[in-house]
Amino acid sequence: MENIEITQEVKPPNTSKGPVKWLQNNLFNTWYNTILTCFALVFLFFVFKGVFSWVFIQAKWEVIPANFQILMIGPYPIEHVWRIWIVLWTLAVLLGLSAGIWKGLVLRISTAIAGVGLIFLLVPLDIVKNSEAEYATLEFNINIIYLIFFKRRWLLGCLALLVGTFFIGRNKNGLKKWIIGGWILSFPWTMIMLHGFGENTVSTTNWGGLLLTLLLAAVGIVACFPLGVLLALGRRSKLPAISWVSTIYIETVRGVPLLTILFMGSVILPLFMPGDFQLDKVIRAMVALTLFSAAYMAENVRGGLQAIPQGQVEAAQAVGLTYPKTTLFIVLPQALRAVIPAIVGQFIALFKDTALVFIVGLLELMGIAEGIVGGNPNWQGYHVEVYVLVAAIYFIFCYAMSYVSQKIEADLGVGKH
Amino acid sequence: MMEDNSPKVISDKIPFYRDVRFLQVFFQILFLIGIVLLAGFLYSNMLNGLKKQGLELELSFLRTEAGFDISEGIEYESSDTYLKAFSVGVVNTIKVSIIGIFCATFIGFFFGIARLSSNWLVRTIASVYVECFRNIPVILQIMFWYATMLVLPAVDESISLFDSIFINVQGVYLPSLEGTAGLIPWLWYLLVGIILAIIVVLGLAAFRYFFEFRELHETDRPSFISNIIFGAKWVAAPIFLIVTIVGWFLTPEVPFELLQPELQRFGFVGGMNFSPEFTALLIGLTVYTSAFIAEVVRSGIQAVVKGQREAARSVGLKESQVLRLVVVPQAIPVIVPPLTSQYLNLAKNSSLAIAIGFPELFQIGKTMIGQTDQSILIFAMIMVSYLIMSLTTSAFMNWYNRSITRMGRSK
Amino acid sequence: MNENTTNDPIIICEDVHKWFDDFHVLKGITTTFKKGERAVICGPSGSGKSTFIRTINRLEEHQRGTIIVDGIELSNDLRNINLIRQEVGMVFQQFNLFPHLTNIKNITLGPIQVRKMSKKAAEEAALALLERMDIADQAYKYPAEISGGQQQRVAIARALAMEPKIMLFDEPTSALDPEMISEVLDVMRELAHSGMTMLVVTHEMGFAREVADRVMFFDEGVVIEEAAPADFFDNPQHERTKLFISQTLQH
Repeated sequence: MENIEITQEVKPPNTSKGPVKWLQNNLFNTWYNTILTCFALVFLFFVFKGVFSWVFIQAKWEVIPANFQILMIGPYPIEHVWRIWIVLWTLAVLLGLSAGIWKGLVLRISTAIAGVGLIFLLVPLDIVKNSEAEYATLEFNINIIYLIFFKRRWLLGCLALLVGTFFIGRNKNGLKKWIIGGWILSFPWTMIMLHGFGENTVSTTNWGGLLLTLLLAAVGIVACFPLGVLLALGRRSKLPAISWVSTIYIETVRGVPLLTILFMGSVILPLFMPGDFQLDKVIRAMVALTLFSAAYMAENVRGGLQAIPQGQVEAAQAVGLTYPKTTLFIVLPQALRAVIPAIVGQFIALFKDTALVFIVGLLELMGIAEGIVGGNPNWQGYHVEVYVLVAAIYFIFCYAMSYVSQKIEADLGVGKH
Repeated sequence: MMEDNSPKVISDKIPFYRDVRFLQVFFQILFLIGIVLLAGFLYSNMLNGLKKQGLELELSFLRTEAGFDISEGIEYESSDTYLKAFSVGVVNTIKVSIIGIFCATFIGFFFGIARLSSNWLVRTIASVYVECFRNIPVILQIMFWYATMLVLPAVDESISLFDSIFINVQGVYLPSLEGTAGLIPWLWYLLVGIILAIIVVLGLAAFRYFFEFRELHETDRPSFISNIIFGAKWVAAPIFLIVTIVGWFLTPEVPFELLQPELQRFGFVGGMNFSPEFTALLIGLTVYTSAFIAEVVRSGIQAVVKGQREAARSVGLKESQVLRLVVVPQAIPVIVPPLTSQYLNLAKNSSLAIAIGFPELFQIGKTMIGQTDQSILIFAMIMVSYLIMSLTTSAFMNWYNRSITRMGRSK
Repeated sequence: MNENTTNDPIIICEDVHKWFDDFHVLKGITTTFKKGERAVICGPSGSGKSTFIRTINRLEEHQRGTIIVDGIELSNDLRNINLIRQEVGMVFQQFNLFPHLTNIKNITLGPIQVRKMSKKAAEEAALALLERMDIADQAYKYPAEISGGQQQRVAIARALAMEPKIMLFDEPTSALDPEMISEVLDVMRELAHSGMTMLVVTHEMGFAREVADRVMFFDEGVVIEEAAPADFFDNPQHERTKLFISQTLQH
């Protein structure tokens, strides 16, 4: 009884939370904040005025729908596009099942991916082929049902699979091994599906656009991982020869721009290859990106290794585990868990860095954009519009990933053990 | 008793394949042999390739005539040597990096602090700035700015700010400070001021250390360094200012004059000119890096503010004092290491100028590779140049960071 | 001498020296431990007592002298190091449980990976050990979810799971809250009565007096005094020992 009385008595003082109060607290609480707010409002007015007048009056957006497909997939032949969708569907199934089984981290990542997909699905703008103008135009289409269920049925299917398999996968822990196997197989599967064989081959010179950007980033981060871990272990090794070689590699690669590594892949590497051995242009770029990001991955992993108390290694040794087993079962699982946010950050950086490969002649997103405004006489002078769209695509992906990374950091509780 | 029960030791002599020391050395040698074999394989491939093309590696080409033009940079003509051309590139890289680092630091700190503002609107604008510009590839930003530079008005329709800054399709024209006949005499006054200040400071510090505080015990005496700082602040700085200001008026002519760019028949003359390529590169690098620096600053300050700030307030310090005496000195060691890596990123990203044709190190190196058959050597020169820049910068920043942390500890 | 002690020496140390860079940590330790013996090692911090027991399973490498454990000489022989680590269990001050594994996996890791036991057999043995430690209900939790005293008992179970002949305890109760010390000491007492050879570095003088066959006092890298607990506590010979005992008993 007494308790209740007390809780009634000790009501917090006046905490009205109306919008006026909010404005007072956040914008006009002191005289200098009032001045700042006024300045900011004037600044915003001019920025918005400029942006709006450009977006809605000056900008010539017809360049976007006319080139939307090529921006997404490059010169990949339209009659083979279904193969890309098959790949995406496969990945959606794997991701959905993984999200259902592991939840937490994976669920966050797949939610972000689904969010990006949803943006693409719901934008009520329709690309209409205009036979007279010889290019497509972008039109508002209120008939969103038609857009979603007809024009974008492949994407809809993709998202439906993602959500559906999430519910199927929930609490099916027995599937874990299969899913991991599936992820490992998904990589060759993607390559085979995209490349094809025999008469249906789509050579890598026809890979491009956002497709190639995503592919390069994914390959870069996955392939650099084992090399990065080895380099990190090597740098911390007690054996001086191994630690020196690892350190020199890491510091050299981190000391030069990515562009030098890419050029090395395209100009210098062929000189070091035996005889007439030639590597595919896309493969060379992938190798360069992998070698480059391995050095950064090594430094991230090393950060995680340093955070592990010496007692963990001693305890493992005292139980009789050998060095490889101690590393595999005790050290790496803890170190990698601690550096997940850093790895996501590195993935974002790598995703942005793939934009450089157009300089060595690849047709990823930037390369396509350059090709449109620089190569096609119809679209000269459309630089800004194309760049803004490409920037928006990069922004959506990077922002989604950094959002995920912040959430992961909060989940892991940085600094907690 | 012990002798009787002494157990048999399993092995006295260790076979080499189980000896830890042997294995350690053995693995390292094996590893090195692997590396050497790989390098040798690549090297012999290279030699074969070169032989097939009838080429040889030699640096003598650096002394031959380059024969290509460079649009901007230090004095250079197409009849100069390749070495000279390369050095133009190096200087241009350093120039854009230093100006970029300066601007990015300024803007980055501005937005980093703005993100911590108590004003919601200011905070939000800063967040939008940071999130926008760090999530878009820097190459795209550079090309975007370059594209916008190219749609600027023609020379005779320049955008003019305050009648002294002109922006047009040929770039940005700024007024410049030029030395006059009065500059040399004034520099003498400057030198006198510096020497005077040094003498006074050292003398004063010595006097204070050996005489004024002689009574105090060694540990209570202010250190020599702190005496120098005291002297520099209260005595030397005023002396230096007085000498230089008096000198300014004593020289026959005002030492500097402001040269305004003027529109003449063939474009602007006088003042400073930033080419569109340089401007686009500078804006792109600055904006991109400043977004990251803002994050570095914000997280550095936030790392300190918690707890520390309350502790400082509980001692009774004012808000401004808390910031100056507690937060900033502790935040700087937290901020410096990631700041360094942002500086290095900016310098490395300057190589992206190749996409818009600004003649820096990488661009000129690539031109040279195209013209000569010494691609491997030129490539090595490019890599080494960047490595030297990276390693010196990080060495300097490490030194700076160490000196700062030491100061923080002794206080 | 307790009822389990035999005359078979199991650890023989001859003139063991150890340096950390220039710092001479162990200055010639010569001693023998017998099978079933319970030795308590005490001394001020920095006296080399922890380093000494860490040399016995080669977490620290000694630089001069010989150590023979269960007939195996500790040398640079890879096989011998691995063999000895299987024979010698160790319990640490900071528990050093693996935080990313459940308690039972902490215990079964060694038997499965080193002793090549089947997963099922290892888990059964682990559950039996946890039962003996009185914490069977904590088997499937993570170390961070249980108390310090429980963590240390899991750590003891982890060491015992390898079925070692010798157990080393490096200040097993120093990191524990006072109310949890007794539950760990109870387990150690029970272990002592089962006939395990034990080397215990500890400041728990009550435990030493009650359980130990021998108390060794380390100072500045040498064994200053060793005796049966009754003699050691009631009739210390050396000045340093007297001072140490009086200081420790004050607490």
